[in-house]
Amino acid sequence: MNLNVVKKSPWILHYDGTSCNGCDIEVLACLTPLYDVERFGIINTGNPKHADILLITGSVNEQNIPVVKQLYEQMPEPKAVVAVGICATSGGIFAECYNVAGGVDKVIPVDVYVPGCAARPESIIDGVVKALDILAEKKKAMPKKRIGEK
Amino acid sequence: MMSVLRIIGIIILAPVVGGLLTGIDRVITARMQGRQGPPVLQPFYDVLKLMQKESIEVNSMHRFFVYVSMVFAVFTTVIMLSGGDILLAIFALTLGSVFFVLGGYASNSPYNTIGSERELLQIMAYEPMVLLTCIGLYYAEKSFFIKDIVMADKPSILYLPGVFIGLVFVLTFKLRKSPFDLSMSHHGHQEIVKGITTEYSGKDLAVIEVTHWYEVIISLSLVYVFFATSAPGSHVVAAIVCLGVYLFEIIVDNCAARLKWQHALNSAWIVTGVMGTVNLVILSFFMK
Ligand code: SF4
Repeated sequence: MNLNVVKKSPWILHYDGTSCNGCDIEVLACLTPLYDVERFGIINTGNPKHADILLITGSVNEQNIPVVKQLYEQMPEPKAVVAVGICATSGGIFAECYNVAGGVDKVIPVDVYVPGCAARPESIIDGVVKALDILAEKKKAMPKKRIGEK
Repeated sequence: MMSVLRIIGIIILAPVVGGLLTGIDRVITARMQGRQGPPVLQPFYDVLKLMQKESIEVNSMHRFFVYVSMVFAVFTTVIMLSGGDILLAIFALTLGSVFFVLGGYASNSPYNTIGSERELLQIMAYEPMVLLTCIGLYYAEKSFFIKDIVMADKPSILYLPGVFIGLVFVLTFKLRKSPFDLSMSHHGHQEIVKGITTEYSGKDLAVIEVTHWYEVIISLSLVYVFFATSAPGSHVVAAIVCLGVYLFEIIVDNCAARLKWQHALNSAWIVTGVMGTVNLVILSFFMK
């Protein structure tokens, strides 16, 4: 029961790095009546302190590394990161640019990679659902960690 | 003994009903937007999830105020539903809102500060009308006690139609609905991040949500007292009117864009002045 609750209300924070904005728009398409992610209790919060899952589209560059790190650190535990699109996974077509550091996993730990250029809304929703299982596992590990710390 | 059980019943049942109403609200809102919407129990899932999350502590005070604010909301609910003094209830509710604002200021975050300022404006906008409601009910029924008001021969709405309209108008502030959801809207909207709740996470955010459920019940019980009389059938009518008012607020929420604070404040005060005061003046002629 307890584990299910984490899965039933994933609140999302969406950040767009160096991208063509293609994946960005596909993420927003998930909120429209056609895909309606609120069916699964998913809410786009826009506030790291309320979020459970960080959705990142686009690669990281020298400018936004501190931003991505800070957003990640402000999210309360348990949290998961989903890299949406090939840019977020490896840098994609921007990988060769002089200022691009590469995929999101160069900066913060990524739990789920969603392939595609642009990633389709269906696969983005699928990625979030995969992240829910990881979220539930992290939740299970949380109290243990606290005992270990003492 | 009975009264203790009753108070415990109120404390437990009020948020359950409030949470269900919020869930229904979310489904109706989604349907109005052509979406399927979340399950009706979604608000409960959200709160249970938030309880399990880490609560990030900005400083000890900003959490403390939120809990105090909930205590006052619970206190108000108990007074209202057990037929107590409506004036005391309203003052306790205001005190709760003030603590909530103090919590917003305590975190020192710019988003929270803007949210707190807006929350103060909202309190300024709706408070006069709520007070006029109490005065009007006293005028009509000669008692501040809800148990006397709901035992009257004729429903208060017959004396106070203007006050009732004014009250429904300002309830939009209290229920945090557009066009008056300046400080914190409770759907997935984003208004200057998340207004007064920006810095809260985990359990604290859950407490804010539960406090809101209590406030929904308080708001609707204010509507209820206008229609309930000594006749048992009137209580059914009153409950139906409460649901109708809530549905009306949902529809308004979905049809309206958020107003600027100047317009929100002006319109609330004009409605209070016209509907509330004129109603009371006319009533004072007839009640002599
Ligand atoms: S993966 Fe493709 S569509 Fe997505 S941001 Fe990169 S270039 Fe654009």
